[in-house]
Amino acid sequence: MLELKNITKKYGNRTIINDLTANIKDNEIMCIVGPSGAGKTTLLRCISGLEKIDGGQFILDGKQFDPTTSENNVVGVVFQDFQLFPNLTVMQNITLAPELVLKQDKQTAQRKAQELINQLNLDGKESLYPYQLSGGQKQRVAIVRALAMNPKIICYDEPTSALDPNLRDEVARIIIDLKKTKVTQIVITHDMDFAKKVADNMLQVQPIK
Amino acid sequence: MLNYIFEILPSLLSGVTTTLQIFFLTLIFSIPLGIIAGVGLISKFKPLKAVLEFYVWIMRGSPLLLQLIFVFYGLPMMPGIQIVFPRFDAALFAFILNYTAYFAEIFRGGLQSIPNGQYESARVLRLSYWQTFRKIIVPQVVKIVIPSIGNEVINLVKDSSLVYVIGIGDLLRAGNVASARDVTLLPLVLVAIIYLALTAILTFILRRVEKHFSYWK
Repeated sequence: MLELKNITKKYGNRTIINDLTANIKDNEIMCIVGPSGAGKTTLLRCISGLEKIDGGQFILDGKQFDPTTSENNVVGVVFQDFQLFPNLTVMQNITLAPELVLKQDKQTAQRKAQELINQLNLDGKESLYPYQLSGGQKQRVAIVRALAMNPKIICYDEPTSALDPNLRDEVARIIIDLKKTKVTQIVITHDMDFAKKVADNMLQVQPIK
Repeated sequence: MLNYIFEILPSLLSGVTTTLQIFFLTLIFSIPLGIIAGVGLISKFKPLKAVLEFYVWIMRGSPLLLQLIFVFYGLPMMPGIQIVFPRFDAALFAFILNYTAYFAEIFRGGLQSIPNGQYESARVLRLSYWQTFRKIIVPQVVKIVIPSIGNEVINLVKDSSLVYVIGIGDLLRAGNVASARDVTLLPLVLVAIIYLALTAILTFILRRVEKHFSYWK
């Protein structure tokens, strides 16, 4: 379980997140919803260690946890614009970090990547470069890339916003399907219909006045 | 006429050798130095950045010809520290300093054009800064800077003729000497043809290099 305890985040004098407390249970899908400007993305950036918090703490399975310094890969991220590495093939995008960070040998990394690739219907795309993929395919590569690091938690920033509306159900299906892998998922979205479809639990955030 | 061409060709070709020596030695040193200086130009360590910006300003802001004269004729006259370079070393020193500044600016631009999201994406995958730089940033920067580097490389072929002024026997000097001695235009025409041939070969090679990197966008 990931506990957020009294999390506060400021940019200069502006408070973005004020004293937020929430619990995210293992293997659940937690949707963080709210209008733009409510600090949803900022919260995701704090959980994934891209921003330092100004107050409060994160507790993971009963132990205090600092996402900015954590050595092992606890939190994976699927960015709104995916941020695949354009100079690497789909396979290389996925195996780069497992090889360099988890020190897996090439065969192991590729075998694990292949399982995930098949699971997310990306087979046949292994040697393509990101520019050759559709938006939905890029997103699935980004998901596989995050999953290949065996994270406990995977965060999605607005997973429906860069996609065709009719791909929304497809993303929902993928996210729900991934519960099988025992990963905890945090989904940031302003799309209430989508949130209702996938969420086990919902956290509403509002802009601070 | 053909006889005359064969007569002056050896001296022109020996001039080409000098031109090519300056060309290759300048590139071999100034590209790696330019990469280092380019990284320094985006450094968050302000004093380093300021020093490098000052250096780039001096090198790009004053004529290369002046820099050549300064290094060869000026430094030996400097009170206190009389540095005397042999002609060729003086030329090389000035060229490397000058071209490093241009390359540094090109690499700075290339580095800054990589979106921040690429660094963040690497960071959440727990790649170290060095791993990110080597595997993700450098390959993208290389592709971006190749056309600009190519431009400078072509310029360098022609700029190398400036060594004339400190008395180095390069291609241009060889042609000019022959032209003045024999009162004919032909050596200068030959010099032009040789420069054009050199730049044509380089243009061809650069195209191939660009094409090699076109496997991703």
